[in-house]
Amino acid sequence: MSTQEHAAAHVHRDDIGAKMGMWLFLFTELLLFGGMFFLYSVYRFVNQDAFHLAAKELNTIIGMFNTAILLTSSLTMAISIAAIQKNNRNLSIFFQLLTIVLALGFMVNKYFEWSAKIHHGIFPGGEELLAKSQGEILFFGLYYVMTGLHGLHVIIGVVLIGFMTRLTKNGVIRQDSYVKLEAAGLYWHLVDIIWIFLFPLFYLIT
Amino acid sequence: MSSEAISTNKNGYVSYLDYKGKHTGFLGWVLSTDHKRIGILYLIALMVFFAVGVTFGFLMRLELIAPGRTIMDPQTYNSIFTLHGVIMIFLFVIPGLPAVFGNFFLPIMIGAKDVAFPRLNLLSWYLYVAGGLLAILSILLPGGPADTGWTFYIPYSVRTGTNVMFTMFAAFILGFSSILTGLNFVTTIHRLRAPGMTWFKMPLFTWSLYATAWVQVLATPIIGITLLLVVIERWLGVGLFDPSLGGDPVLFQHLFWIYSHPAVYIMILPAMGIVSEIIPVFARRTIFGYKFIAFSSIAIALFGSLVWAHHMFTAGMSNTGQFIFSLLTMIVAIPSAIKVFNWTATLYKGSIELAPPMLYVLAFIFLFSIGGLTGIMQGVLSIDIQVHDTSFIVAHFHYVMFGGTGFGIFAALHYWLPKMFARMYNQKVAKVAFWLVFVGFNVLYFPMFVMGWLGMPRRYYDYLPEFQPYHLTSTVGSWILVLGLIIMFTNLIVSMRKGQTITKWNIWGGETLEWKVETPPTLENFDDIPVVTERPYEYRENDLAELEKEAK
Repeated sequence: MSTQEHAAAHVHRDDIGAKMGMWLFLFTELLLFGGMFFLYSVYRFVNQDAFHLAAKELNTIIGMFNTAILLTSSLTMAISIAAIQKNNRNLSIFFQLLTIVLALGFMVNKYFEWSAKIHHGIFPGGEELLAKSQGEILFFGLYYVMTGLHGLHVIIGVVLIGFMTRLTKNGVIRQDSYVKLEAAGLYWHLVDIIWIFLFPLFYLIT
Repeated sequence: MSSEAISTNKNGYVSYLDYKGKHTGFLGWVLSTDHKRIGILYLIALMVFFAVGVTFGFLMRLELIAPGRTIMDPQTYNSIFTLHGVIMIFLFVIPGLPAVFGNFFLPIMIGAKDVAFPRLNLLSWYLYVAGGLLAILSILLPGGPADTGWTFYIPYSVRTGTNVMFTMFAAFILGFSSILTGLNFVTTIHRLRAPGMTWFKMPLFTWSLYATAWVQVLATPIIGITLLLVVIERWLGVGLFDPSLGGDPVLFQHLFWIYSHPAVYIMILPAMGIVSEIIPVFARRTIFGYKFIAFSSIAIALFGSLVWAHHMFTAGMSNTGQFIFSLLTMIVAIPSAIKVFNWTATLYKGSIELAPPMLYVLAFIFLFSIGGLTGIMQGVLSIDIQVHDTSFIVAHFHYVMFGGTGFGIFAALHYWLPKMFARMYNQKVAKVAFWLVFVGFNVLYFPMFVMGWLGMPRRYYDYLPEFQPYHLTSTVGSWILVLGLIIMFTNLIVSMRKGQTITKWNIWGGETLEWKVETPPTLENFDDIPVVTERPYEYRENDLAELEKEAK
């Protein structure tokens, strides 16, 4: 037998295994945010009044609006998976794109929210913020770090779903093989769920 | 020649070393998704980093041979012990066994053709190399290498002008690589075991990798976020750990050790797995207490995750907290001791063959016991306050990590290298190297127990003259150790290229699946997935006559 070129390796497909791997990865994401939730709870315990004061400065309306956007985007993501299961490729692509649009809408809101705060001098190292009490500085520090990291996850999600749209178009994701889209959906739901926790912690508990 | 001893080429099989797929040559390796090739890629990278780490350690010891300045200034010394720690911890002992031998042998041992996510596996290697290069880059950039110690304690790590950000970001990337390897292994073990390979027929190395993989998945994200927060802190000055802005530096220590203590078990568990593999083979006895060894791995992973704060007994903690963490620390000793007792019980009345892998394993038990028992001493609050931040601690964790994990890696190298490369090293030279390493190790680290007890602080550049005899002994030990290491690695590397060729499938007489495939294994390990009916270490029922026949 020639040793010049050998047959390609076997094709391995295990949808349950793939989903299991994705779930494990999502656990690690939860723990990543868990480290910050831990800091939040300790600092809130120590600085209850300051956290109460600082939270009043956040715009609950924008936060609520963003929560609604993100929840809707989770729905559209789920519909896109249902559509591919029914072999309706175009509908699936439509809902994936809609998810991306909603995600970008979330980021636009975030941009206005952040830039308004930064404009008022409330940012790490900003004079306005440094004049406040230590608890408030910590609150806004956590606010920027946690919503910032969440925003980064939203952007990664946009790129990820963008790839999925492409794969759906190419026919890689199809009725009998859509585990990749499901995994992207799981990731997107996680991004949504983390926001569901961030929203009350920063905006609602005042 | 028995039917099993046919060379790989004769019956048309192509080994993974000779396989030529879409890419050939160098690309055939760095683009390969074959778990065995990835294991070897890790091995090469790991050995390079190990050599660098040893060199730094050697220079550090040389500086400490006499009080005052010997070969370097204090700043260089600080950087060198930091780099020694970072490289040895993040680039050598943590990834060591899972990445090299786990990758290579885990799928074979459970009767699978590859891991569950081969491409992710390759990505892990790239992340590992990227992290390593970034760490090295931090040495070369202006500002100089980090000088914080591998623990990056706040607030110094925020205030120092050195390239801490690079080093920390490197550690973050390495953490990512570790997580991906862990989740790959968990999925592989759950989904890809061969028919009949029930949980309690899995080899013990697989069990230890399973426990390790869970720790990797569950603990590593915490260090990820912690390091990221410090990077953000340096970059933007958010103040989450800065007391002047209301933050609490002790919280950094909590977050840091929530990962870094379990990481100790990421390091030691696979080594314990190796020991459990090698002892029955070279004592030719069924392993004593298979289930206890398997479950003690899980117990160590579980309890090991709950004891982080014993690193902070002196950092300000409530008495209740100290008591609880002291108690939990003691509890971890129980599953560790179960393993040691089971190994010695396996050796009892065994027909022991002192081949090189076995020598390293016996040294492992000896050194790990010293390391473990001194660990219990530190779990006792009163003793911990005496020895905290002294070289006693340094001796303790070198006995556990180097004497444990390091010797585990050496044992694995001597045990499996012939299988991986189909070439045998010179066993006599291997034994000489072993004795040099073993003696050098003890001469190097044992004096640290004594001087630490007498009050020699760790990490110090200079010391009182009364400690000099210990430092001198220790430095001489480092020379013997390095000599031994050079001989060992020269022997192994030469054997990979020029050693005596082996075609026999089962050179040591092992009962696990990796000894039932060709040497070296073929691309897909198994042409047909085997059906497993036997338990892995049933030497009593093993037909010794057949082994003797095969030996002819």
